[in-house]
Amino acid sequence: MNAAKHNETGVISRAVLEIDVNNHPGVMSHVVGLFSRRAYNVEGILCLPVGDRSRSRIWLLLDEDGRLAQMIKQVAKLEDVISIRRHAGDHAVFGDMEGFFKP
Amino acid sequence: MTEHLNGAQITVRLLERQGIRIVFGIPGGAALPLYDALGQSAVIRHVLARHEQGAGFMAQGMARVTGRPAVCIATSGPGATNLLTAIADAKLDSIPLVAITGQVPRALIGTDAFQEVDTYGLSIPITKHNFLVSSAEELLRVIPRAFAIAASGRPGPVLVDIPKDVQMEFFDIAEWPEPGAALPSQAADPELIARAAAMINAAERPVLYLGGGVIHSGAADLAVDLAEKANLPTVMTLMALGAMPVDHPLSLGMLGMHGTRQANLALDECDLLIAVGARFDDRATGKVEQFCPRAKIIHIDIDPAELDKIKTAKVGIAADVRDTLTRLLPATVENQRKTWVDRIHALRRQFPFHMPDPDDPRSHFGLIRAVAACLDDNAIIVTDVGQHQMWAAQAYPLRRPRQWLTSGGLGTMGFGVPAAIGAALAEPQRTVICFTGDGSILMNIQELVTAAQENVNVKIVLMNNETLGMVHQQQTLFYGERLFASQFVATPDFVRVAQGFGIAAVDLDQAGDPHAALAEAIDRPGPRLIHASIDAEQKVYPMVPPGAANREMIGH
Repeated sequence: MNAAKHNETGVISRAVLEIDVNNHPGVMSHVVGLFSRRAYNVEGILCLPVGDRSRSRIWLLLDEDGRLAQMIKQVAKLEDVISIRRHAGDHAVFGDMEGFFKP
Repeated sequence: MTEHLNGAQITVRLLERQGIRIVFGIPGGAALPLYDALGQSAVIRHVLARHEQGAGFMAQGMARVTGRPAVCIATSGPGATNLLTAIADAKLDSIPLVAITGQVPRALIGTDAFQEVDTYGLSIPITKHNFLVSSAEELLRVIPRAFAIAASGRPGPVLVDIPKDVQMEFFDIAEWPEPGAALPSQAADPELIARAAAMINAAERPVLYLGGGVIHSGAADLAVDLAEKANLPTVMTLMALGAMPVDHPLSLGMLGMHGTRQANLALDECDLLIAVGARFDDRATGKVEQFCPRAKIIHIDIDPAELDKIKTAKVGIAADVRDTLTRLLPATVENQRKTWVDRIHALRRQFPFHMPDPDDPRSHFGLIRAVAACLDDNAIIVTDVGQHQMWAAQAYPLRRPRQWLTSGGLGTMGFGVPAAIGAALAEPQRTVICFTGDGSILMNIQELVTAAQENVNVKIVLMNNETLGMVHQQQTLFYGERLFASQFVATPDFVRVAQGFGIAAVDLDQAGDPHAALAEAIDRPGPRLIHASIDAEQKVYPMVPPGAANREMIGH
């Protein structure tokens, strides 16, 4: 169940997670630690404060594999996570950033 | 009236307001303000451990018998790293713990200061939540919240790291916060309760599978009621032992790697598995694809992340076990289930538990039974980790929730002695037995002097086979009998070691009447070490080989 899912053209399917969190120095470690301990690769990370800066929004770009549903539950369990939403892998948030990642 | 207090005094006052009366710890440089404030407390007693891991397990012993968060304290650096094993152990067994650590002053954080370590970073993956406190004022929110998090939902450890300058910073307090308490959990969906009840009512061969969550939620009585009403043969995990008395007619005992044949074979045949506060741990399920291959699953757990993690449930209920069983009971119908109950009786007759020499106190099972014969159900039974742990799980007649304290998930050798001390301090009216081995006891042997200092009513039953017995067993069975690093070349004289620490000790090997010597050691109040040599060739059976299905048990 750990194998990455491939779409019909053989490309690894991607998923995007949108996570609202309390904004403090440790929160990013809490979130990404859940992925690293499971050797679950995070392809992309974006994070900025939201509104009055008491909260931040983290966007993660991930390979979609059989563990994703469990990962979402584990993230949702963190005390500092307020909400988590799942989007399709082609969500504009990472597409719009591509210009900053030219080799 | 406004009070002018520093962070350390605020912390101690908040602990007092939480109802904390005993804390376990060891002082050190970055915790000195906290200890200065603790020394002024008229209501909190500090128990000085001899290693921070010991302090952590003493707090665990207290939390396991009371069900309420207990507190351990350490200084920065090595104090904090020494606590980590006890914290990780609490995480895996869902034990409510609040660990407070001193940290170097904020101005020195990140400079590789003396006794500085990234306690916050180190504790992230082994705590339910953790805090690095940045002001004295913040303590007023953090400490009550730490207790609320530790006790709410699925319990677990919370670490609060307090820099020394925060401990020394003064703040004017006009109003104290309410103590942190467990938040009410979401009620079970009535639709799911109805579906679960319909499945139980329609099942022909159901099995009730109880885990540690049944103990944590105080639902053991309801689980027994449900089993009796619907005639559900019942298996228990290592963590759930005591939830249903082992001699209850519906109890099949423990499932899994060293479970009973009747439990594992009944699971193999069942058509409905009702998992309650259990998490399908690999030691319980064996090869998971072949665990309960014919069964639909109802899974009740307060942690939504446990549902569908290992096995997909037909009905998954993310809610408190006690609340759910309360609602489920009236929806189930009484059912004789004669065919299935007859089949269970047949399994029992065909595969009785094989207990050689139950009446010989010089054998491993006989010793455990002889200890039990000296006690009633009020006793608390603590174990260390290894063969003795599994033999005690198999042979001790456990009949009461919170009677049995053992390191299940992390399997930490060294758990036993300090956990027994914490249990004895929490409930001094009870006799506490600690079954241990010669490998395990050496991992926290220094706490014998803490047992002497506190004069706790702990009887340590040391089953000495001069080996790391479980390693010896697995090397014998699965590594071509190539015994390596599992037999001790040198073994201390444990009786003299105990006496050196200030604890009376008896050697059953030398006793003319071991029953009488055992009874005398157990009856006399205060700490005792009871040493007994056992045969290193004895195995824990039955055994599911690692990676095999539960039906493929080897041994007797």
